[in-house]
Amino acid sequence: MQLESLYQEIILDHYRHPHHKGLREPHDAEVRHVNPICGDEVTLRVALKDAGAEPAVADISYDALGCSISQASVSVMSDLIIGKPVSEAMETCDEFVALMQSRGEAEPDEDVLGDAVAFAGVSKYPARIKCALLGWMAWKDATAQVMRDGEPS
Amino acid sequence: MTLDVARIRKDFPILDRTVRGGRPLIYLDSANTSQKPRQVIDALTEFYERHNANIHRANHELGEEATEAYEGARIKAAQFIGAADETEVIFTKNISEGINLVAYSMGNASAGSSGPDRFRLGPGDEIVVTEMEHHSNIVPWQLLCERTGATLRWFKVTGWDGQTDLSAIGDLITERTKLVALVHQSNVLGTVNPVREIADRAHAVGALVLADAAQSVPHMPVDVAALGVDFLGFTGHKMCGPTGIGVLWGRRELLDEMPPFLGGGEMIETVWMERSTYAPPPHKFEAGTMPIAQAVGLAAAMDYLNEIGRDVIHAHEQQLLGHALTKLADIDGLRILGPMTPEGRGAAISFEVDGVHPHDVGQVLDELGIAVRAGHHCAWPLHRALGVQSSTRASFYLYNTLDEVDALAEGIRQTQRFFQVA
Repeated sequence: MQLESLYQEIILDHYRHPHHKGLREPHDAEVRHVNPICGDEVTLRVALKDAGAEPAVADISYDALGCSISQASVSVMSDLIIGKPVSEAMETCDEFVALMQSRGEAEPDEDVLGDAVAFAGVSKYPARIKCALLGWMAWKDATAQVMRDGEPS
Repeated sequence: MTLDVARIRKDFPILDRTVRGGRPLIYLDSANTSQKPRQVIDALTEFYERHNANIHRANHELGEEATEAYEGARIKAAQFIGAADETEVIFTKNISEGINLVAYSMGNASAGSSGPDRFRLGPGDEIVVTEMEHHSNIVPWQLLCERTGATLRWFKVTGWDGQTDLSAIGDLITERTKLVALVHQSNVLGTVNPVREIADRAHAVGALVLADAAQSVPHMPVDVAALGVDFLGFTGHKMCGPTGIGVLWGRRELLDEMPPFLGGGEMIETVWMERSTYAPPPHKFEAGTMPIAQAVGLAAAMDYLNEIGRDVIHAHEQQLLGHALTKLADIDGLRILGPMTPEGRGAAISFEVDGVHPHDVGQVLDELGIAVRAGHHCAWPLHRALGVQSSTRASFYLYNTLDEVDALAEGIRQTQRFFQVA
């Protein structure tokens, strides 16, 4: 059965015990993203902070409804992204998107993606890629809004 | 007469294939789209190989044959739903287009000053739907209301037993109502609505009635006169036919009065640079080259279903449904959306599994070779009304077996074990 390659233990762990869940203050932007195919949704807040030459991600908090893949993905993403400079976080996001588009062919770079390499199996299931990307796209959107519209708090 | 399901299955080549590394396909997603029998596939091939030409405008032998095949499909479709006359049958690309045809025609009637009164909408007028509609029977009416200033209202559902709540019918259907649009059989709950009762009420106040019959026409005998509606739509791909072909039936006197929807070739009578006059129905509503081969394929599908008999198909599905409802109700942590007994419902069953999201249920079942649908099934307001984010749906058709129902139940138990919720 291929199920174990899709539902890696680390994904199921994050699904059952999500990290950083719950909406928190302070935040600089809040977005709501929906997967119209299944109705999965995430409301996500991002707070940035000044960190020398460029802003860094101070906090990500979220409220989400959805399948194990989407829930685990937003949890893993928060672990990975919080604390990173925005430019590096964007690169990590791009790397994750590339992994999702790889149709199971890519060798994920664990140094960049950390626990998110566990989602490599998702890329073999086109219907689930949007689930894995839901939280990442919400974060990217929220962060881009802050970078465009306002100073970090 | 009972249905010989082993023989039926031999007609569907796709049921021979395996999925996900060699597992036999258990296809329980027919409410989404049905599989196609050899007879329909052959009819498409034969049309393209022997008779292909454009219709009504090719003065050669092939054109005659293609026209005869296409118009023959129209006659067959009329008989299939008990229509008085084949000119009441308009081919569309699917039922969404059929519903939009009525909505846009009403919008066109409302935009000019000379539109026939019963199709004209403005502020104060109302369109009534139900909370269990597919998005395709909600959104076109929302758009029409936005364009005309009319108001959209709806029947609520009673709750998890999945009935249309008729207690407010007197308040909902009034002299302000111009149109009532409702689903004959819910694609989520399986519920068969009391269309006749609602239609009679609507007609008593002078409103028109449209039935979305996408989920009923493929599965049971349907008669437009018995339902007492003014418009009825269905789609070919859910009834063993090809994609890209659907039917909108409308009473002839209404079609005569209604303004066109799409303009183009074939729908005209005369064209000047300043203005045009239009062909009589049904051609008034069939602009451009139509899905000709698909109409021929739909005719083959109707022949196929007629030969077996939709009453026989319905009885077979009721047997599957009864077995499935019993098996699923037996699973701890599983809740069925809609009626718990086969009476008054069709063979689509949506359910929730505690602690496992529908996407994950669908994923595990898929790995076992069982094809179901997970999500809100284009009925988001209904799911919201029941307080459910989404659901998993298994739907049955003439080619499904009791063994497949058992496989579904076992697959759900396996899902629960995998996610450690049982």
